[in-house]
Amino acid sequence: MNTNAASLVDAGTPVAAGPFLQVRDLRVHFPTDDGVVKSVDGLSFTVERGQTLGIVGESGSGKSVTSLSIMGLHAPGTAEISGQVMLNGDELISASAEHVRKLRGKNMAMIFQDPLSAMHPFYTVGHQIIEAYRIHNHVSKQVARKHAIDMLDRVGIPQPGQRVDDYPHQFSGGMRQRAMIAMALSCDPDLLIADEPTTALDVTVQAQILDLIRDLQQEFNSAVIIITHDLGVVAELADDILVMYAGRCVEYASANEIFTEPRHPYTWGLLGSMPRLDRERTERLKPIQGSPPSLINVPNGCPFHPRCTYADLTAGASQSQRPELVEISRRHFLACHLTAQDRQRIWDNDIRPGL
Amino acid sequence: MITYIIRRLLASVVLLFVVSVMTFSIFYVVPRIAGGTPETLATRYVGRSATAATVHLTAQRLGFYDPMTVQYANWAKGIVVGADYDYGAGIERCPAPCLGYSFITKQPVWPDLLDRAPVTFSLAIGASIIWLVAGVSTGVLSALRRGSFFDRGTMGVALAGVSLPIFFTGLVSLAFFSYSLGWTAPGGQFVPFTESPAQWAYSLILPWITLSFLFSAQYARLTRAGMLETMHEDYIRTARAKGLRERNVVIQHGLRAALTPILTIFGLDVGLLLGGAILTEKTFSLNGLGKYAVDGINTQDMPKIMGVTLFAAFFIVMANLIVDLMYAVVDPRVRTL
Repeated sequence: MNTNAASLVDAGTPVAAGPFLQVRDLRVHFPTDDGVVKSVDGLSFTVERGQTLGIVGESGSGKSVTSLSIMGLHAPGTAEISGQVMLNGDELISASAEHVRKLRGKNMAMIFQDPLSAMHPFYTVGHQIIEAYRIHNHVSKQVARKHAIDMLDRVGIPQPGQRVDDYPHQFSGGMRQRAMIAMALSCDPDLLIADEPTTALDVTVQAQILDLIRDLQQEFNSAVIIITHDLGVVAELADDILVMYAGRCVEYASANEIFTEPRHPYTWGLLGSMPRLDRERTERLKPIQGSPPSLINVPNGCPFHPRCTYADLTAGASQSQRPELVEISRRHFLACHLTAQDRQRIWDNDIRPGL
Repeated sequence: MITYIIRRLLASVVLLFVVSVMTFSIFYVVPRIAGGTPETLATRYVGRSATAATVHLTAQRLGFYDPMTVQYANWAKGIVVGADYDYGAGIERCPAPCLGYSFITKQPVWPDLLDRAPVTFSLAIGASIIWLVAGVSTGVLSALRRGSFFDRGTMGVALAGVSLPIFFTGLVSLAFFSYSLGWTAPGGQFVPFTESPAQWAYSLILPWITLSFLFSAQYARLTRAGMLETMHEDYIRTARAKGLRERNVVIQHGLRAALTPILTIFGLDVGLLLGGAILTEKTFSLNGLGKYAVDGINTQDMPKIMGVTLFAAFFIVMANLIVDLMYAVVDPRVRTL
């Protein structure tokens, strides 16, 4: 696990030669007839080249919306986006759509959740990779085709020379995701965003795909963001983990810290609901009570308080005041009203023994 | 792929057989079930003043006393290889495909059909090209500018287009463009393409536009709905994530997928029109297959009606076949079936 000290930069400090990807106070709001949906509400993080950030949260916590805003893929006019996304010194939120389009695919690429629906059913896998490559590289079709075959070989597709002319429906789920990865990496992007890359896949294939992403990351030295609801996925891969709840960051630390010294009750809940094979099978998995809040009417105070077992220990603060994200120890950010003593006590006595 | 083609071809042959049996049944079996005798059927061939003996003889010569299966076999054989008619004073050779003789004009039906077909084909082909281009392009633009003035305007016009019958729009446009403004030819002036392509187009431009207005409206609505759906697909997001220009995203990825169902309906619509566009032909006094059928119905000229019916059915079956084969070209998932 990488514990590079420079990876977690205080979100409030602008740095001239800043980190490779810096997201500052990102807000993505969708005005609807029922009210404003605050999908992402003040999110900040950084990712360096060669590093992996895992963004973890339940469905509807704003993970995918975050990634689509970085890529500039929200349809114009639907989302109100504010804040800053600096990619290698280039500000993307205020940049023109055409500028961001040119960066897409070349400087930043994305892998989607369901590789079957994410690939066009009427074009061959090769055609789709060739298309991606030729948008940003002025080469002949033959050269691009050779490159596509190389890429398919690189991601472990057997007989890539023949499979390049196959259609997506002729590939298995795992092979499709490999082909998606080949397509995303065809222009050697500096930033790769993987949105639930293994959710639609067989368990046996999941590990292969995660290994592949890690190997390719080392080879290309790209910055990677993995978005998932499954802490098990990021346990292997991520250097840092950002836990999202209701469009905000509730805990942000190195992966090591999140797994050994988690401090937010929500993170505890996520860890408790994760099946573990290396532990004794004591009882049932512990689900987090309740369901994610509506992003139109986010609960007052801490948005997690209606579901939090410990909300009553804060003398009403959880119900009335929104907790700020503060650095509780070096490179460990937390948004929670519990006192340090309470957190330590609950973790030591209640949570850790049950995990 | 090969098995798919063979299966579709075989299915078409079966379909043609079924259509011929049904057509035959409607014209020969149903009248018998309804109480007709071989003599009443034969009366149509000999005229009202004929004696009972003549009628009986004619019914015998035409094979009306034979079992129905034999009658069908003879009739089908006539279509495939031709037939010989014994009308008492000699034998008349009716070459294949023999669809019989008109009761009124005593002329064989098939040459009549061949004579009328160019009018109907010209009408169908010209109109279909216009409505495909106009309908699909306005549909795409409407979908991309959903909710805009353009979208609301064209969809309003489209609703009118779907609702207004041809004999209304046709007569109004004739009155306006031909008789008031004199821009287009009045009805009934078909010039074959081989004679003068310019005159051909001039004579048909108003029927084309009238007919394609109806279809364009329908196609614009279909295309718009299809595009709205496909533009929300995941693969469109993937195409954008690659950095593809929006224009290419729309045309190569969105429209490509949205066109498939439209292609199906297009094939069937063209097939249907090749059998005669009755209302358009009647409105613009074009001597096509549709008008031929109407004339046949008005004069109770059974062989005419039967001829057009079979002719039209043939084109619909062919259109179905072509659509099925096109599907395999357009959608690779079909090829592995």
